[in-house]
Parts: sequence; C-alpha cells; structure tokens
Amino acid sequence: MIELSEELLLRMYYKINQARFFEAKLDELVAKGKVHGAIHLSMGQEATGVMSCLALEEGDLVSLSHRGHAQAIGFGLDVNLMMAECLGKATGYCKGKGGSMHIADVENGNLGANGVVGGGFSLSCGAALTQKYQKTGKVVLCFAGDGATNGGNFHESLNLASVWKLPVVFLIENNQYGMSTPIEKHMNIENISDRSEAYNMPGLTIDGNDFLDVYNTVTKALRYARAGKGPVLIEAKTYRYNGHSQSDNQLYRDKQEVREWQKKDPVQKMKEYLREHRIFTEKQIQKMEDEAKASIDQALEFANASPEPQLNAVLEDVYAGGVN
Amino acid sequence: MKTSDMKKMTYRDALRLGITEEMHRDENVIFMGEDIGLYGGAFGVSAGLLEEFGEDRILDTPIAEAAMVGTAVGAATTGLRPICEIMFMDFITLGMDALVNQAAKMRYMFGGQSQVPMVLRLPAGSGIGAAAQHSQSLEAWLCHVPGLKVVTPSTPAQAKGLIKAAIRDNNPVCFIEHKLLYDKVGLVPLDEDYLVEIGTTVVERPGKDVTIVAYGTTLAKAIEAADFLEEEGIKVEILNPVTLYPMDMKPIIESVIKTGCLIVAHEASKTGGLGGEIVARVVESEAFDYLNAPIIRLGGLDVPIPFNQELEASVVPQRNDFVHGVYRLLNRE
Repeated sequence: MIELSEELLLRMYYKINQARFFEAKLDELVAKGKVHGAIHLSMGQEATGVMSCLALEEGDLVSLSHRGHAQAIGFGLDVNLMMAECLGKATGYCKGKGGSMHIADVENGNLGANGVVGGGFSLSCGAALTQKYQKTGKVVLCFAGDGATNGGNFHESLNLASVWKLPVVFLIENNQYGMSTPIEKHMNIENISDRSEAYNMPGLTIDGNDFLDVYNTVTKALRYARAGKGPVLIEAKTYRYNGHSQSDNQLYRDKQEVREWQKKDPVQKMKEYLREHRIFTEKQIQKMEDEAKASIDQALEFANASPEPQLNAVLEDVYAGGVN
Repeated sequence: MKTSDMKKMTYRDALRLGITEEMHRDENVIFMGEDIGLYGGAFGVSAGLLEEFGEDRILDTPIAEAAMVGTAVGAATTGLRPICEIMFMDFITLGMDALVNQAAKMRYMFGGQSQVPMVLRLPAGSGIGAAAQHSQSLEAWLCHVPGLKVVTPSTPAQAKGLIKAAIRDNNPVCFIEHKLLYDKVGLVPLDEDYLVEIGTTVVERPGKDVTIVAYGTTLAKAIEAADFLEEEGIKVEILNPVTLYPMDMKPIIESVIKTGCLIVAHEASKTGGLGGEIVARVVESEAFDYLNAPIIRLGGLDVPIPFNQELEASVVPQRNDFVHGVYRLLNRE
C-alpha cells in the first residue's frame, strides 16, 4: 500500500471534482447548443484519468484518448485553456483548431488527445523510444478505450513495445461499450488485460472507479516501466454515464444499468473514503468541491471572453519552418 | 563544382552516404525499418549501417507498418529525427493512419505546438517483375494530404542532396525512390553540406521546342527521347520536379511560355495522377495563352501492374510515347 500524503489526497479530490464539473458544464453547453462538434464525455470514469495522471512523475508523458478531459485535468492542464479550446477560441490550447478531441500541451508532455480510436498506441511507443534512447528516465502513459484494443494498432504496438522493452504503460479505460456496441459483442474475453499475455508483459485488471486502486496500480506500473523492465497493460473497468457523444440516444442500454453504476460513482466513492478515514473535515471537503466548481465557472468566463481566431490563422501551422 | 569534389557512385550508395553523413551530424537521427540491420534493407540501402551506428540507432522493426510509422511519428514529436524505410511503397497502405491522420495533422490541429521531423523512405514503381502489390507509384495520394512534403530524386546526386535536406526538414517528408534507379551511377558531390533544397524543380535539359515534365524512371525515358529527337533538330526542354509537393511551378510555367508545348509524364496511373494537377496549374497560369497545342498527359494505364515483363512495360510510358507525343505537338506525324 502506497502512503498518500494529505496534500496529494487534496489534489486528487480537487481534480476529480474539477473533471466532473468541467464535463457537467460542457454537457450543459452542448444541450444549449453553445458548443459545436463532437464532445466525448467521460463522466463516471474520471477516477481512471485523473488518478493515473497524478501517479506520474515530473517529465513523464501522456497520450490521451478521444474521451480525454479527465485525463487532461489529471495531467495538470489549465481548465481555462481547455474550455477555450472546447469553444474554439484563439486562447485555447490549440488556438481553436483542435477542439475537445485534440487537446494537447506538447511542451509539457501531453502529446495530445487522439481522434482516431487506438491512434495513440504507436505514437506512445515512439515517445517511449525517445525516452529510452535519450535515457531520460521518463515513462509514457497511453490512454485508450476498450474498443481500441480490437484494432491492429493495439496489437502491433504492444508487440513492438514488448520486444523493444519500451517504458510505456498502456491504460485501457474499459467503459463497457465501444460507442454503442457492448463489450461482449466486440471481444470474446472477460478481461482485456489477458491480452498482455500474448506479448509477455504484465497485465492487470483494476476497479477504475476506485481512486486508490487506480493510483496504486499505475504507480507500480510506472515504477516497473521506469526500471527498464518494459511495458505494462492495465485495464480499468469503469462506466460512462453519458452517451458516446451528443448524437447518441442510447438505445443500447437501459436506465437501470446506468443507475447501478452510479451507485459506484468514482467521485462519491472518494468522498466516502475521505469521510470514513476522517482525513478532512466536512467543511474542507465542501470547500474543495466549491473551489473546483468555481474554477470551471471561471474557465467558462475566460473562454467566453476570449477572442475567436483571426481568419488568417486558417493558413498557419500546416508546416513547421526552419531546418535542423 | 570541380569533379575532384565529386565521386561516381550508385543512387543506392548516394542515399547511404547522405544518411550516414546526417547520422554523424546529429545523433537524434535514427533509422528504422524491416530488415534494415544485418540484411541491409530489401534494396541494400542500409548495408553496413548497423555496424557503423549500432542497434540503438539502426532498428529492425517487426513486420508491422502501422506500429512502425506510428512509432516514428511519436519519436519525431518528442525529439528524435527518425528515418523510416517502408520496404515497398505499396505497404504504406498499412501505415496510413499514422502518416495521414497523425503526422500530417498534428502541428495544425494542435495549433502549432508540435513538429514531426521524419523521413519516410518509399521504394516505388514497376520494372522488376514484382507485380501488382509491389510496384505502385502512389505519390498522388501523398501530395493530396496537407502537412506532408513529397520528394523524389532521379539521380544519385539528387538522392544524396535530397535525403539530407529531408532529414534536416522539420516536417514529415515522404521520400520516393524508384526501384530501377538504385543501380544508376552518377557523379555525387562529396561536400557534406551539399543539399538539394526541398521545393525545387530542376531543369534537367534546356531546350526550346517542347517542354517535358517528368520524374523517376520516366525522366530517363524522356531524356532518351530527347536524345533521339535532337538528331532531328528538335530541342526538348526537360524539367524534373524533384519536390512533388510543394511543387515549384515557376520553371515549368516559364518553360511552357517559351516552348508553347507541354508533355507531362509519370508512371503512376493517369486518372487522378499528379500530371492532371501540373496541367491544371499550367492552364491556370499565364502560360495558357502561349500554348500552341493541346497538352499531352502520359501516365500509367489505369490497371494494376502485371507480372509478365512485356505486359509490365506496356503499362507505363516508354521512350517512344514521348517521341510520338513530341511529333504530335509539332504536327510532324
């Protein structure tokens, strides 16, 4: 059991709330028609994205999935710039050219959310190759969903990462559905982590709604990869409350199923833990929630007040200038 | 350049020389591909590099192009400058997501945050009896994707200068090598700073009567035709767009203004081929008013490349296609 400092617990609870409020706000904006384009919400599965990123060391890198808001917030991205990007503003992380699906902060090691399911696996191998080659001691954490593990990119990349002993941790958020297709209809195994056996790497299945399970397991996996022992595959079982995106009317599941998973809500579970262990007072807990919520309201204010990109930006940044 | 500063070598050796110089120049340059280590690469380009640079820098990959190209992209965005050899250009189909959806888009969709300095070496074209799945010329696909640069050297000197420029470029560069060129011999500058700048079109042969635009092995056939026609007093001007994207159209337009006649040729299938794009750009330009005759496009037949040698040769433009084209343009047939 890894000892967690109060400071870390505070950060964890603040960020998981931030992630929840951020997406609740986005959901509201979508309903009001104030956001255009695809928005993939991860409400219900935030513990995985947030806690795994909090297990990273300074300088480690991440590759996010298309459902990456909680992952980005866990990694430490500024919610102001994230919200601005979701609204397509010039102040956003990608100057309004990426949107929710491509939030990136490359300089700080967030290699970007990926709109192609499974697109990040091989990119993560490459980023990990750089770490190994340059002996940085850093690890790459690669996020993807359950559906991505059926594609060739997953298998090719795990094989390559294993053969080359790359410092990469593949974290699969198994939210039970590949868009609308339930997992039992798109793979014939119980645990995705079993796929690690084919590549001779450790594979672990964890409760993705349990902040401690996520944090502890990812911490150990990162340690393993950092020690030069090669990649690790982690499957975090979790659930998304919203549809795949705004166009989803969720004909594939009943409301009862959603309610059952809401009883295992990751934010609530963490709150109960904090109460049970009397780590913080009720007042402190409330304060953290209020602050997290306020940060999102402020992010929206920032985004709303931000300018649209100039039209001439449409031609910028297709190519990098200069030569080596 | 004095010939004493040049050395006769094959296109293959010129490529290797360029790669070797750049790998010595910058230790972040790495080279990955299938069987490029001990085996030396399917066409021998990487022979000896494993011994010279070791297995940290010369990486044999599994036969898995999706992972290979994606790994190159990920390495490029994090500080390395990978060269990636796709054994046959045809197999880029297996790595297209990493190239088209990732490498080409990242900089733009991340608002200029990243750069992807990588070179994808792509042995292309027909002529070795490798049949339909190992003989394609797919450059038009690549030129159609903003964010990629596409180059194709036709001589040993260009091969060296261009591979060096491609490795130094901060963008994903698709580097197309026609397989029939590997054994071609020519004088190559030994200067380590000799570069063929990306974005240039080379006047391979000055002339005044007809303009021919050609690259790859089709260029060699155009030159043969020009030699033949010269004996009849016809002077053909031949231009070689060593950079297919972004193509330097200026010398082509200027040449057409001078000659009034244009043949555009490539081995790739005519329909949707790059020839159509070049022609369109010429007729959109001031050169349109100078055209004396309809433009001729010579391209591969719209069929897969067949195995039988005669059938194979019949698919792609040959010397006589150029000769007859020139006759037609000059009303000599």
